[in-house]
Amino acid sequence: MTTRREFVAMLLGAPIAYAACRRADRSPPPGALLEPGMARAHAVIRDAKPPVPTTWRSVDVAIVGGGVAGLAAAWELKRRGVHDVTVFELDDVSGGTARGGESAVTPYPWGAHYIVAPQVEQVELASLLDEMGAIEGHAGDGTPIVDEALRCREPEERVWTLGRWWEGLYLEAGSNADDRKQLAAFRREIDRWSAWRDGQGRRAFAIPRSRASDDPDVVALDRISFATWLDQRKLTSPRLRWLCDYACRDDYALTAAETSAWAGVFYFAARQRGPGLASQTVITWPNGNGALVAQLARSATVEKGLAIVEIADDGTLIGVGPSGAIGIHARQVIVATPSFVANRIVASRRGTSLGTADYGAWVVANVHLRDRPEERGHGAPPAWDNVFRDSPSLGYVCATHQRGRDRGPTVWTWYYPFSDADPAAVRKRLAGAGHAEWAETIVTDLERAHPDARAKIDHIDVAFWGHGMIRPRVGAPCGPERLARIAPHGVVHFAHTDLSGIALFEEAFDHGLRAAREVST
Amino acid sequence: MFVVAICGLVYELLAGTLGSYLLGDSVTQFSLVIGLYLSAMGVGAWLSRKLDGNLARRFLEIELAVAVVGGLSAPVLFLSFGTVVHFQVVLLGFVAAIGVLVGLELPILMRLLEGQVAFKDLISRVLTFDYIGALAASLMFPLVLVPKLGLVRSSLAMGCLNAGVALWGTWLLKDQVGKSVIGVRIRALIVLIALAVGVGMADYFTTWAEDEMYADPVVFTETTPYQRIVVTRGRAGFQLFLNGNLQFSSADEYRYHEALVHPALEAAEVPAKKILILGGGDGLALREVLTHRDTESVTLVDLDPAMTNLSKRFPALAELNHHSFSDPRVTVINDDAMVWLDEHPGQYDAVIVDFPDPNTFALGKLYTRLFYKRVAAHVTPAGAVVVQATSPLFARKSYWCIIETIRAAGLFVHPYQVTVPAFGVWGYALARRREFQPPVHVPKLPLRFLNDEALVAMFDFPVDMKPLPVEINQLDNQALVRYYEREWRKWE
Repeated sequence: MTTRREFVAMLLGAPIAYAACRRADRSPPPGALLEPGMARAHAVIRDAKPPVPTTWRSVDVAIVGGGVAGLAAAWELKRRGVHDVTVFELDDVSGGTARGGESAVTPYPWGAHYIVAPQVEQVELASLLDEMGAIEGHAGDGTPIVDEALRCREPEERVWTLGRWWEGLYLEAGSNADDRKQLAAFRREIDRWSAWRDGQGRRAFAIPRSRASDDPDVVALDRISFATWLDQRKLTSPRLRWLCDYACRDDYALTAAETSAWAGVFYFAARQRGPGLASQTVITWPNGNGALVAQLARSATVEKGLAIVEIADDGTLIGVGPSGAIGIHARQVIVATPSFVANRIVASRRGTSLGTADYGAWVVANVHLRDRPEERGHGAPPAWDNVFRDSPSLGYVCATHQRGRDRGPTVWTWYYPFSDADPAAVRKRLAGAGHAEWAETIVTDLERAHPDARAKIDHIDVAFWGHGMIRPRVGAPCGPERLARIAPHGVVHFAHTDLSGIALFEEAFDHGLRAAREVST
Repeated sequence: MFVVAICGLVYELLAGTLGSYLLGDSVTQFSLVIGLYLSAMGVGAWLSRKLDGNLARRFLEIELAVAVVGGLSAPVLFLSFGTVVHFQVVLLGFVAAIGVLVGLELPILMRLLEGQVAFKDLISRVLTFDYIGALAASLMFPLVLVPKLGLVRSSLAMGCLNAGVALWGTWLLKDQVGKSVIGVRIRALIVLIALAVGVGMADYFTTWAEDEMYADPVVFTETTPYQRIVVTRGRAGFQLFLNGNLQFSSADEYRYHEALVHPALEAAEVPAKKILILGGGDGLALREVLTHRDTESVTLVDLDPAMTNLSKRFPALAELNHHSFSDPRVTVINDDAMVWLDEHPGQYDAVIVDFPDPNTFALGKLYTRLFYKRVAAHVTPAGAVVVQATSPLFARKSYWCIIETIRAAGLFVHPYQVTVPAFGVWGYALARRREFQPPVHVPKLPLRFLNDEALVAMFDFPVDMKPLPVEINQLDNQALVRYYEREWRKWE
């Protein structure tokens, strides 16, 4: 058992931990420590043999997993006239890592918190947004125009370093000619990739990636790390490298040295419609992608608290719920769980090597503030995304920013990726740490820029996502296993963002649509 | 002696000035302060005979008391103005206390010097210094103290002088004071240091930079969670600044507010009964709205409760806005207008949008197409909207960006402009949900600026203010904030 100070030092580094703990008597704010779905999942998996069901029922399509992919499949099936669909969700809340929460002050995210505005070809995503009343018109080329109220309000990002806030993520201040030259060179590389088209007119990088090219030139990027790719181009400017590293930690829970160059370039090029253009508009809700999840779930039948533990290729399922084991006969099955779960519950996938992908652990904390900490000095004003340059955390997102409420109580969602270790190692390292250790860590991190944060915090709820999302290590996102994982087994189909090798709402949504198509034709 | 006299009069002038700045009606305030001060001095003189014993020590102690009470008078009065209900009582209490203490000074000084100097010389010398000191004080106060130090620092600096005199006296009157001189000296030193620290801390009220920045003396400051409110007072009246930006000058605000309110109320097709004001926490647009007999209810949404409270309570402001916040037709809501509009559906015959200029993203959101869409949803089809839209001359792109953004929100717009000496040329947007012609007649009200000719002329734009191609201002891309920053930088 480590002391609280050692815990803070382990997560944020020794200097800040010891500097912070030297200050007078400090007790961390109260709150809850959550591990969404974890206890139930582990309990079920430990049962070696599936129980024998006492009751049986049948359903046309059974969807296992109520995250974005599963809910998207249910949504698309309904649109296709398939109505006898049930989504089985292990947890008491659907939405997976895209779920949101709500307090008396504001809704807030528990994980994924934005998507990029859909392109003209993303017809289904546009339909979903239209259902939500989120499309206000169409551009000349048919591209949907998202409601202004959802387009991320300026200022979008700021970064804390050298004792003040700076606008944007790239630190312009103090950059020298070489830094600027390298930034321009990097942008040219990204521009080149955003303009790139293969023989069929497909982009090198697109969201969802099912629309992108599988040309060998693109796939070749997966053989080296993003850091190596940058090194090869002599892009060594510390500012630029920090930005690239941050991007990898932010989207993949990896450092640039561990990230596939394919995924690194994807992060920048896929969000840019063409050379020289700004990144596509980010759209967000106070509860993050929880708003999208809620819309998807609106028309779906979701049965929560039921763990599916056995799936046969003929569509026979065994589930364990509070009232014991039940059996389900389904004409078709969509397994919308992470691949490592599919490998345990789909009988014909057990023992195969299809689930060895790497998942990153995350901590997401919702910091409930009675009032805003003071803004010091003349730095950049509060933004949606507020990043600490010198912290291993990703900083925080402000839930009330988009609404335009800039004063008074709010919720900050703080993100911490374990970019260096696998979930089991992380779990071992964190053994014995409780809410108080986490709360102390979060407050210490926030105090970098907000010395008065502790007094303003009402409580902090902390969620540990043990297998938060798939990580695109070198060789993973374009490896041969990925396609094998997508292939159906009998009437059992697969849908999950990890089938794209990266974790994004748009990817999960796309796999849900694909699985729904497979099932309904 | 000379210094003592100067300090005494300066405290009196400070009290009178503060009273007339904060409570208005300078004749009454000065009259009250002078009368009470002189009579309190009489009380002090009368009380002086009760003081016996170590006169030298008594004198030094009185000096110290004057230093403390007088030195702290302005800061305490400033502080209590925002919090105390009977401010006048506190003010006069200070005046009386200082008067009594100063009244004690002269008789005791004269008794101290009794025997050392011939009586005729004593009287002559003491009174000469006293009266000439008064002249020095009355010259220093308006020429040096108020403009250079501001009221709070002047008060504390005078306190330091008094304490300095006392400290000096512990050497001068060492023999008369006797053994306890060390104790007095230490106390004098403590008071002096405390007041000197106070001068440094006066930044809490007004920073040196602020006193330098404003042409006229700062008479009120308050830092709220939303903004820094500063009121200055000069020969031409008083001015309100929010975060250093001039909101109005009492000398010519009638031009700005008549031009803001009346065209919109006249442009509405039906008598405007239900009015919504967004921003406008100074209550001056409200004053104009309330002059219309048709006005049945006004809802005013302003972010900062400190601002609307100040406009209601600060006498000079309340007088200027004709106590409009006390009118039963008015409902004040302290909320962010962007969020309030979204959460409170309802329609009004006229919506008056009067925010500070868009110099930050936080303000820029109140000039976005999304915001104007929400405004449009809150005006009746027969009603009208007006938006203050910065200067079409100094910030031409910014102005036309606001106009085009309102158009992009689906409203029909007529731009217009007027000259307000304190601001320069100022621009507005008159908008409706239907196509319309701008009004050509002013209401039958006793207006100071607008008549039919001036009204029509406002809708003409000279060449140097004509439209320019601009981007519109949206939540995720606040072009306006960038235009504004670039354009006003040229003029600063």
